[in-house]
Amino acid sequence: MKPTNSGIRINPRRNVRILIGKVSYIVFLLSVFVGIVGLVLLLFEVFTKGIPWVSWHFITDYPSRHPDEAGLFSALMGTVWLMGMTAVFTVPVGVGAAIYLEEYAPKNWLTKVIEINVANLAGVPSIVYGLLGLALFVYWMHLGRSIIAGALTLSLLVLPIVILASREAIRAVPNAYREAAYAMGADQWQVIKGVVLPSAVPGILTGTILAMSRAIGEAAPVIAISALVYLTFIPTHPMERFTVLPIQIFNWVARPQEEFRGLAAAGIIVLLVILLTMNAIAVFVRNKYQVRSEE
Amino acid sequence: MPIKESPEKMQVEAIDTVVLSANKLNVYYGDFHAVMDIDMNIKKNRITALIGPSGCGKSTFLRCLNRMNDLIVNARVEGEVIFENQNIYSSDIDATEIRSRIGMVFQKPNPFPKSIYQNIAFGLKVNGFMGDMNEAVERSLKQAALWDEVKDRLNDSALNLSGGQQQRLCIARALAVEPEVILMDEPASALDPIATLAIEDLIKELKSSYTIVIVTHNMQQAARVSDETAFFMVGDNRSGYLVELDDTQKIFTNPTNKKTEEYITGRFS
Repeated sequence: MKPTNSGIRINPRRNVRILIGKVSYIVFLLSVFVGIVGLVLLLFEVFTKGIPWVSWHFITDYPSRHPDEAGLFSALMGTVWLMGMTAVFTVPVGVGAAIYLEEYAPKNWLTKVIEINVANLAGVPSIVYGLLGLALFVYWMHLGRSIIAGALTLSLLVLPIVILASREAIRAVPNAYREAAYAMGADQWQVIKGVVLPSAVPGILTGTILAMSRAIGEAAPVIAISALVYLTFIPTHPMERFTVLPIQIFNWVARPQEEFRGLAAAGIIVLLVILLTMNAIAVFVRNKYQVRSEE
Repeated sequence: MPIKESPEKMQVEAIDTVVLSANKLNVYYGDFHAVMDIDMNIKKNRITALIGPSGCGKSTFLRCLNRMNDLIVNARVEGEVIFENQNIYSSDIDATEIRSRIGMVFQKPNPFPKSIYQNIAFGLKVNGFMGDMNEAVERSLKQAALWDEVKDRLNDSALNLSGGQQQRLCIARALAVEPEVILMDEPASALDPIATLAIEDLIKELKSSYTIVIVTHNMQQAARVSDETAFFMVGDNRSGYLVELDDTQKIFTNPTNKKTEEYITGRFS
């Protein structure tokens, strides 16, 4: 206790404060480590088990009951097909919805309800989308257990993410650009097409890639659509049956033989490489264009 | 308030054509009555300065003249603005056409994140320009006294220009569409004194071909560039209104209204 100039006595408790500060620091640091250590252990396990199995023939061969001959070519191609079609369905609809909500929608309670629901949809468990897709696309629309049904289902799953990311990107376009364009006699669509979208493209692209990297790892909804896991052909058109990497990995993990665990780990490595590549592209795109738009 | 014609001006200028006139113009933002009962005539090939304290509605009024207030949710305009014998607020008028004929330059330079060339070309494209684009870009940049500085780097990003150059690009961009009137909302307030002088010189140059209305906080600037000055005030109900409009020289030397005099001389709280 020491008297201050004004005569009020204060108790700074400096030692206790310093102690609390140090303890907090350590607690927060440990929190970070729990996450990182878990991830590192997982990656270590996957890589030590899987690396011996990764080879060129693993990527170019079809699945087999002989572990030495097994590959994931059909699953890899199925993933490529599925992602391609999902992107084709998702991007126009997602960006369109974002444009409507940001640029056209009147600010009323209905818009508010839609906005809140879009945000909530992003948190719905993926199996729910899988069952919806099964009922809606596979049976009701008679699309069968096809790539197109899978892609439509995954589109529903990632659409909220694309909409949210695109809205962020569109909202980040300075209003001054819109005003300048209007002041030259542009109408609303000319402003959107000529000024808003070009500025928002990097953000939209980043959000789309991240949404796709969410979709690529999804097993549950795809299992609901296409339970098939043993395919020895590559799909040639969107109405064919398919399998994807997460399902192939799931299948291998479920086998009793030890060798298939190695194959599963190798499959995870391939999936991780694709995922990291996509995320790297997203980061690259963001950094490349952000510099310009921030000036 | 009726416009007072001073005898000196009658001698100097023979014909005064009015291009834009506001009649009983009121603007509301929701419940807030922002601008009250403005009557004002804006004369062709003149520079009209709008001055007054912050919140007096001069920018709001300016934005009524080419329907930029349409873009603000909640904004409501009553009264009329007559441009070439038509009320621009009547229902059969297309706001985009009005804006292509009454252009605008903003307070903060706001070039698009595109090349210098594309910044100029944009306005021409949206208006369906069919002529020689290169020629039109060059002509606009020359009019805005920017051509010599940028002619070798038309494809560079406009964002790499200095603030003053950016603002002249924005003026060039507005000129490209060939409007009859250009509205300027404190066009030099974000610029340093040298860039400000360049903009002022440019504005004076443009007077021969365009009618210019400029909002400024800087009274010296109003005195330097304008032919006519309109003084706005905030009323007791926080609404802005026009105190008087007259020859700039008269406003700054011998204003009719006592409030104008107090504001001009700085004896204003």
